[in-house]
Amino acid sequence: MPALTLARSVLREARRGGLPWLALASLALGLGLAGFLSQVALTESLALQAALLAAVLRACAVFLVAALVTSSTLREIHDKGLELMLSLPVPRATHYLGRLAGFVACGAALAAAFALPLALWAPPAQVALWGVSLAFETALVAAAALFFAMTLAQFVPAITATAGLYLLARSIGAIQAIASGPLAEATLAARLAQHAVDAVALLLPRLDGVTRTAWLLYEAPAASAYGCALAGMAVYTALLVAAGLFDFHRRSV
Amino acid sequence: MSRALRPLAAVPRWVVLGLALSLGAQLCWQMTSSSRVSDAPDPPHPPGAQALRLASFGEHEAASRLAMVYIQSYPSLDSRLLGWLRAALETDPLGQYPLFLAARVYAETADTERARMALEFVYQGFLRDPNRRWRWLAHAALLAKHRLKDMPLARRYAQALERNTTAREIPAWARQMEIFILEDMNELEAAKIMIASLLQSGLVHDPAELRFLIERLEALEAKSGR
Repeated sequence: MPALTLARSVLREARRGGLPWLALASLALGLGLAGFLSQVALTESLALQAALLAAVLRACAVFLVAALVTSSTLREIHDKGLELMLSLPVPRATHYLGRLAGFVACGAALAAAFALPLALWAPPAQVALWGVSLAFETALVAAAALFFAMTLAQFVPAITATAGLYLLARSIGAIQAIASGPLAEATLAARLAQHAVDAVALLLPRLDGVTRTAWLLYEAPAASAYGCALAGMAVYTALLVAAGLFDFHRRSV
Repeated sequence: MSRALRPLAAVPRWVVLGLALSLGAQLCWQMTSSSRVSDAPDPPHPPGAQALRLASFGEHEAASRLAMVYIQSYPSLDSRLLGWLRAALETDPLGQYPLFLAARVYAETADTERARMALEFVYQGFLRDPNRRWRWLAHAALLAKHRLKDMPLARRYAQALERNTTAREIPAWARQMEIFILEDMNELEAAKIMIASLLQSGLVHDPAELRFLIERLEALEAKSGR
């Protein structure tokens, strides 16, 4: 299976590139920061620890996956490894999906490693829901980073585009709330701005509703809401994969 | 991730000197120019709840608590701090930190005007979610009676507790707060009953809050023993 071989090579590359050490450093950073702030908290110190650790680890997981995918893909392009791979009798889709599977597996491993310590602060079932959601989120980020790295072929533009998409997806709910809030003016310009924000929101995944810290602190999400959150990420990942394959097939490498 | 390195002697002296000087300059600069947050006379303008949500990128629970840890270094309540408390409570309505700060820190000041501001914040917050926030109003009622010596205010809070709470886990004394308030007991006795009941019911299990409550109780004991 060429796709499996490609996925394995991505995992090997991630291990050799120091991903496990970076994951450990992220854990140390999150635990250190949470430990320090819980010392100065007057109440809810345990909740503060859990919330901060979850937020830091989520950001670290996403950043590590985006950086890994972008650097690995661009190195393959610039070292002419991609051209060599394409000269083999392997379909382009297999090549693209095989590498993506490797990156998704890296994200899932990070999600599992980062969810584990949270079990010290929250019930295991809620931690498991958070971890699975983080694995879906890193898969989406891997698909986005692969798409932008392949399309833009430069590190800074690719990582900036990935970060921009991710941050916008996490804040679009708040932006929509501001645009349609009771204090919003009833002018034509304000209405146009509101519609523009709604239109942008249609093209984005709702990442503010997934991998939520509230699931760890308060209660697990309802099954339907949780299913919708994961399905939304799966749909958007599929869109990014389709767009990436479309672009990859059109490229004359 | 290994890299072959040339010996230290390969680095020109002026580069080493430059590194040492720039590091020294950085340390000196920071030692002379850094100012701590607590040195600042006023807290910064509070963000709106929507702005705080936007800045948190969806991490509302962490942002709300971080904001509270940040503002607790300011010693007395004013309209700006009140804005921070409101924004934090709106950002994470299930969080208790803003109400804790208002009821247990800012309301226990000698400045009665500021204490009333804090108590009113607790009262308004209670009305939005009585079953989850009742203990802060119970404490507010005690403060109104013993610190502010304002019986009508204490009874108003007590009546609000009786009328608005429905959850079963709320202790009987809180649901009959008006009788508790009208009883002829001093602040230490009332606080002891309240804290013991909160501990027994398992409502307080956070180590930081337990430490805080015990310290407050000891301070009250020391004051009444004097």
